[in-house]
Amino acid sequence: MPEETEKTSRVRGFWSGTVTFGLVSIPVSLMPATRSGGAHFRMLASDGTPLARRWVCSKDEAPLADADIVRGYEVREGRFVVVTDEELEAIEPKKSRDIELREFVSCREIDPLYFERAYYLVPTGASTKAYALLARIMEQTERAGIATFVMREREYLVALLAANGIIIAETLRFADEIRAPEDVGLPATKKAEARRVSALQHTAARLHAKALDEKLLADEFAAAVETAARKKMEKGRDVVEAKEAPEEEGETTVDLMTALRKALGSREAGRRVSPARRGGSGRRVGERRKQKRGTA
Amino acid sequence: MNARALWKGVIVLGKTRVPVRLLSAVQERDVHFRLLHAKDHAPVRQRMVRRDDEGQEVQRDEMRKGYEVEPGVFVIFEKEELAALQPDESRDIEVAQLVPRGSVGPYWYERPYWLAADTGGTADYAALAAALEKDEHDAVVQWVMRGQKRVAVLRAHDGRLLLAALRPADEVVSPEQLEPPAAEEPDAKELRLAEQLVSALEGRFEPDKYRDEYQDRVRQLVDAKARGRKPPRRAFPRRRRPPASLTSALEASLRSAKRGRKSA
Repeated sequence: MPEETEKTSRVRGFWSGTVTFGLVSIPVSLMPATRSGGAHFRMLASDGTPLARRWVCSKDEAPLADADIVRGYEVREGRFVVVTDEELEAIEPKKSRDIELREFVSCREIDPLYFERAYYLVPTGASTKAYALLARIMEQTERAGIATFVMREREYLVALLAANGIIIAETLRFADEIRAPEDVGLPATKKAEARRVSALQHTAARLHAKALDEKLLADEFAAAVETAARKKMEKGRDVVEAKEAPEEEGETTVDLMTALRKALGSREAGRRVSPARRGGSGRRVGERRKQKRGTA
Repeated sequence: MNARALWKGVIVLGKTRVPVRLLSAVQERDVHFRLLHAKDHAPVRQRMVRRDDEGQEVQRDEMRKGYEVEPGVFVIFEKEELAALQPDESRDIEVAQLVPRGSVGPYWYERPYWLAADTGGTADYAALAAALEKDEHDAVVQWVMRGQKRVAVLRAHDGRLLLAALRPADEVVSPEQLEPPAAEEPDAKELRLAEQLVSALEGRFEPDKYRDEYQDRVRQLVDAKARGRKPPRRAFPRRRRPPASLTSALEASLRSAKRGRKSA
């Protein structure tokens, strides 16, 4: 569960502010470059009634409202310290609308170990000139700007880099999130035998390509599910109609690609476009907890 | 310390087979909270209920997976039906292609793993890492793990092998699928100034310089509370900077960047 909530909460992220590069400031908004994919299933009762998640107390099975739920840190088996929303709010990083580029590094220097999630920077100011200039220079020189910034009450380390004239903000893992090879017990490296190396190089040369073949990344399972579902529907097998629209997991999906194209294509749209996927409403308390990756 | 392997497989490149163990290269750093019932501090549990008037709880074996074909219309799949659609289990990590090192866009990357040579694979493991290094290429590999097809970049990393899992195509909008925003062409002077500014701010990527201080504060808060103390609150400074026209801003930035370098 933590993985899934993490996913949704991040996709929803929406930030607008300013990229500063020396004394140049570029008003931008941030839009996700990723979305949840794959075959998406809903949990139903065997008669097709949609199911909803409800919290209950593990001790007395009492149904719980958001207000009945607190966040606890387990100090030892079964002993919790309760931490309130107010206490966490008090230590949140100060909201900031700046991504300040103080350092540029070679793109190749950033190990893929650090890459976490990509967002697009969409220019929102009256002029796109400074945006285009920064994109062009970063792309030409193969440099990435490094910065930290605050989004949804969290601090992020980010690399700004450009591709196809568009600026990407790739969030990076912090160094203490990475395990070194020694940490996971990889043995000391061994000297490779020249004969084996050249044999492998020879075999590998036959597989050389200029760029990643994106067809390899196709989700064949999702496609297979879609086909199978259509077949079953034609035959009228296992088809149920939901009596009500499921409100909780219901997502009105604005296609991310369309939203991005629109935002990059017009300044006006850039300001108004909402995140590609919005979840259900009325989950304020859950919202915060999801960020803390609470599991229960 | 030897971390537990998440999975075991065999890298297949031509006739060479390299047995490997998969280890997570990422560790959970965030303070982990449980949700509790406020009254008795018992952990909460999630249950699934019917979303109708009765709202009865539904047990796991009575739940079905519904695939939405049209809004509000679901096709139900049994576990076995879905399993039949999954790719066949295999231990092979097949090398599909080799691409220039670092050429895969950052937006594709999802999660990194270290590979350790498994029994009998040490010599070939070292040779494969050396071959990729010499060749200055990354391998693109695919395999099936827990019923799912996975694709990753396999790259040499100081004599070790790193397996960086990629996202499926439908989860990513790549920059090639988009048009850059329309903009006025920057003139030669602006280009020159911007380039000078970027090179004046040239540095090395040193991830150790950065810390998620919020997580540090959450840990301090939790520790203090566990000892029955109240942690101090913090104040955060904030800077402001003046607006400027593009050229003059670039010139002024360049001057200050150069000064900064000299005094550093």
